[in-house]
Amino acid sequence: MYSAIVFLPLLGAIIAGLITLIGRYRIARAGAPKESMALYQSHDAHGHDDHAHDDHGHDDHGHDDHGHGGHDHHAPAAPGSRPAEIITTGFLFVSAILAWIAFFTVTSPEGQPVLVPVLPWVNSGTLAFEWSLRIDTLTAVMLILVTSVSSLVHLYSWGYMSHDEHRPRFFAYLSLFTFAMLMLVTSDNLVQMFFGWEGVGLASYLLIGFWFQKPSANAAAIKAFVVNRVGDFGFALGIFGVFVMFGSVEFDTIFANAGSAVGTKIHFLSWDFDALTTVCILLFIGAMGKSAQFLLHTWLPDAMEGPTPVSALIHAATMVTAGVFMVARMSPLFALSDTALTVVTFFGATTAFFAATIGLVQNDIKRVIAYSTCSQLGYMFVGLGTGAFATGVFHLLTHGFFKALLFLCAGSVIHAVSGEQDMRKMGGLRKKIPLTYWTMIIGSLALTGFPFTAGYYSKDAIIESSFVAHNPLAGYAFFMTVVAALLTSFYSWRLLFMTFHGKPRASDEVMSHAHESPWVMTVPLLVLSVGALFAGMGFEGRFIGEGYGEFWKQALFMNPDNHVLHDIHEIPAWAKWSPTAMMVLGFVVAYWFYIVSPATPKRLADEQPLLYKFLLNKWYFDELYDFLFVRPAKWLGSFLWKKGDGWLIDGFGPNGISARVVDVTQRVVRLQTGYVYHYAFAMLIGIAVLVTWMMFAH
Amino acid sequence: MTNWPILSTVTFLPLLGALLLLLIRGDEASTRRNIYWLSLWTTLITFLVSLLIWRDFDNANTGFQFVERTNWLGGTIGYSMGVDGISMLFVILTTALMPLCIIASKYSVQKRFREYMIAFLILETLMIGVFCATDLVLFYVFFEAGLIPMFLIIGIWGGPRRVYAAFKFFLYTLLGSVLMLLAIMAMYWQAGTTDIPTLLTHSFPAGMQTWLWLAFFASFAVKMPMWPVHTWLPDAHVEAPTAGSVILAGVLLKMGGYGFLRFSIPMFPLASADFAPFIYTLSVVAIIYTSLVALMQEDMKKLIAYSSVAHMGYVTMGIFAMNQQGVEGAIFLMLSHGLVASALFLCVGVVYDRMHTREISAYGGLVNRMPFYAVAFLFFTMANLGLPGTSAFVGEFMTMLGAFRANTWVAFFAATGVILSASYSLWLYRRVALGPLEKPSLKGIFDLTPRELVLLVPLIVLTLYFGVYPTPVFHVTSASVDSLISNYQAALSAAGKLAVAAQ
Repeated sequence: MYSAIVFLPLLGAIIAGLITLIGRYRIARAGAPKESMALYQSHDAHGHDDHAHDDHGHDDHGHDDHGHGGHDHHAPAAPGSRPAEIITTGFLFVSAILAWIAFFTVTSPEGQPVLVPVLPWVNSGTLAFEWSLRIDTLTAVMLILVTSVSSLVHLYSWGYMSHDEHRPRFFAYLSLFTFAMLMLVTSDNLVQMFFGWEGVGLASYLLIGFWFQKPSANAAAIKAFVVNRVGDFGFALGIFGVFVMFGSVEFDTIFANAGSAVGTKIHFLSWDFDALTTVCILLFIGAMGKSAQFLLHTWLPDAMEGPTPVSALIHAATMVTAGVFMVARMSPLFALSDTALTVVTFFGATTAFFAATIGLVQNDIKRVIAYSTCSQLGYMFVGLGTGAFATGVFHLLTHGFFKALLFLCAGSVIHAVSGEQDMRKMGGLRKKIPLTYWTMIIGSLALTGFPFTAGYYSKDAIIESSFVAHNPLAGYAFFMTVVAALLTSFYSWRLLFMTFHGKPRASDEVMSHAHESPWVMTVPLLVLSVGALFAGMGFEGRFIGEGYGEFWKQALFMNPDNHVLHDIHEIPAWAKWSPTAMMVLGFVVAYWFYIVSPATPKRLADEQPLLYKFLLNKWYFDELYDFLFVRPAKWLGSFLWKKGDGWLIDGFGPNGISARVVDVTQRVVRLQTGYVYHYAFAMLIGIAVLVTWMMFAH
Repeated sequence: MTNWPILSTVTFLPLLGALLLLLIRGDEASTRRNIYWLSLWTTLITFLVSLLIWRDFDNANTGFQFVERTNWLGGTIGYSMGVDGISMLFVILTTALMPLCIIASKYSVQKRFREYMIAFLILETLMIGVFCATDLVLFYVFFEAGLIPMFLIIGIWGGPRRVYAAFKFFLYTLLGSVLMLLAIMAMYWQAGTTDIPTLLTHSFPAGMQTWLWLAFFASFAVKMPMWPVHTWLPDAHVEAPTAGSVILAGVLLKMGGYGFLRFSIPMFPLASADFAPFIYTLSVVAIIYTSLVALMQEDMKKLIAYSSVAHMGYVTMGIFAMNQQGVEGAIFLMLSHGLVASALFLCVGVVYDRMHTREISAYGGLVNRMPFYAVAFLFFTMANLGLPGTSAFVGEFMTMLGAFRANTWVAFFAATGVILSASYSLWLYRRVALGPLEKPSLKGIFDLTPRELVLLVPLIVLTLYFGVYPTPVFHVTSASVDSLISNYQAALSAAGKLAVAAQ
């Protein structure tokens, strides 16, 4: 069963991939000339006129319209689109059902963690690790999240991508992603986790760049991959460090020996550091890249170039939470290093605040939600940083549901208004797409932490944990997360008001087309709404309440000295209710700005141009990185190539030597004039010198 | 195991094929066809026979196997062959890549087809000989003679600047080798034999080791190539025909790494230990420097050539980390690079055959008309940047892990290579394959032919297979590497130099 959960999506991906490849290949080879010598000769004068006849027009469909250019633009769908959809989606639903069964099996009071060996991988000296599936409570939580959201997103994409000609490819990528993510969460060693880690990075690269004709999508795809690689740099070093410390990369060995590693030193670079802190921080750098934390966050907003279902699945619910998962998985190490936890808290709190400020002023509906995701990931890290890892994981789960919901709602909106993403060109859609409107309200309520929705339980638990934690930065984290709660509420309601309320700002033609999405898209919205409303209520007791020990068993480690989960029940009322108060305040301000007095935000932006520009341009991080890294790397590359290789090495090496040889030869040649008396004179001098030398030598 | 001299058979089968090529007569078209098929069958049979070596190989045996020995020059210099866990897989790699080279050349080589194939088959004999020879002089003969066919392949069938590139290649490598020849003579006078198994147990005086090590280093560093003697490689690759590049990247570069493992480390352990920091420095510089240079290339082949230099940096780093993971990782990375870099050069060859240019800017949007090509190229791009699941990851990961155990600074700098390799690889892919297909010259380009699929699909399968299940390779290498390392450490501790005992 456990193998089926993981490998069914892979099978789906392979089948859909083959359908894509065979279909496209046959089209591409249609009319191709037979191979011959003449075919490969260079045609200098007449170009390639001779195979102009096979110049089909089928490749020139632009995707400038995000694949949704209304209904007048129907590219011929790739052959096998429907079978590919049915197969991948069918497999995913089976996988999801099995995952829920696995969840209830493993997390039941008598359930046991499961280990399924698959294949040996590397065995070299003391280094040995295998492909295997490890399912404990933490994995089971991720399994239900990943497979549920993924299957719903697959279904949703039937409708959302219905006008796209590359559907088999899209579904192949989605299933490939799901497989990689499942490998990540079921890993029982760090290297397999790294495999899943990079695998989801690959899938994310492919899906961000899905519309490969758009230069911006290609750029965003590369950016996502490379920035993630910066994180992987730390992750890889962290793995090496763990291996040096414990002699193994298998979780069981590492966790069993974690206690004895307290206080040991590791020689890293030229210094002796505290071993646990060092490897934890290195691993956390990896988590920062994947989970788009402050400093390594720049790729996430750009990743919105991908189709919206992708944003929902990868860049909201699952992949970006891999960093949170990893820190939670490594909790036996992190819990023993206060410094590492403080670092985690710092970056989490900073990101929560920083991303929320940018979300305030963005106009692209998907980017607002993207920054919101970034900010919520910050919350999760604050939860982890308090040492009560369960709060972070709890928020991971609830956030997965309501953020996927929000993205899919945004997709439904975009679908309704013919591919428009700018909220300034929306408005008044409430009546046109009521179901989307109400589900989006539910998602936003859950996000802002409206009482008894999912976010209320998980987010407030994090804020309360930061209030009681004994971390040097706990106060900072509490303050930042509370302020971020205000900002979250504001930008969420701003989004809703700008999109659904007020007068329509889209053209009449677009408005006349605006329509509710088909059932394949609305059903996932409804299902996720259920999750957004009740996931918090239903799971609170087990995740962070009285059922804690029996639910988690050994999957999460909590330092015995850490009483955060206990203390949060005894905090003062003002601290407990401050996030709720902030939520109300955010709503009121947004209502004032966008319903009562719509001129206010514009006036405010004009009064504070610097601040507005600073936020609108995302704190200028892209410009800063371009200046600090991209340009110097390119300059250095050119310099080393032209000056280093060209001038220095070649100039003084082979080319220089050969030039000197040629010089000398030419001088010798110049001596050879061809006149006999020149040679005779030279000989005479030579003889004279020889005779002189012989006379004086003796 | 029978007494059948399988190593000599594998080594000289291609030479036999080359002789048969001389006999082919007929009109132009049929001659060309017969030459092609005869060469292809020769290499295929050689490959199949070489697989028997792997089948009969005894993984637990750390010494040389399939040993053959006859007297050759006088009594002391013998013709002796044998393979161990370090060299065996390189033989297989060579024989596996050769049929691909023949197939790749079917149409792209337009002139002097017979001579071209003869050069390739002779080259194959010499390359296999390098990995099989267990006599120093025999090794040197194979090692040096291999230069000649390669020199001709670049110089005759190469691109516009082929003569410059061919001479640069030849002079660089020859200069290194001359020093090695001196060292070989010195070793003979000191040890009284050129038999490699005997020399492996001989311990040279410490002062002499330094000089011998340096002389061998001069040759292997050029071959590898290590920074700063790498500049011949981009030129040679750019000018060489596709199959020439495949062999250059796939096999010839590996001779440097093989040489370090066969001679420098076991025969001169003290000098190797002394020079390890020096090698680390060069490796790390190579990784960062050439990756940055690769970022700015405008020629596809040059970019891949620079990326090869960077990957060879990981190899040298792993070898001199001198622990199990580092050395096994280095061997694995060499084999993996043999597959991946070869495939990348074949990918370049595919579009070069169609468009006759390697300028990156001449391409763009190929995915629109060449979907299968785009998939294959993407796959090898990902393998080149070391994506887990491909064979390159296993090698890079293990060499870096080995380096981390030896010196964290080295691993730290080497790990920046993973960022840079992602940058240049993906940027190349974007410029060649992605985007709209706008250039008029590309409108008529067509996707991979069945012949080209035969070239690329096996490499995809192997790269994936060894990425997921590298165990067969580690079975072969582990015992030999283990004994290599324990001998090395024994030599160091005998000299009282083993300061830090590795685990």
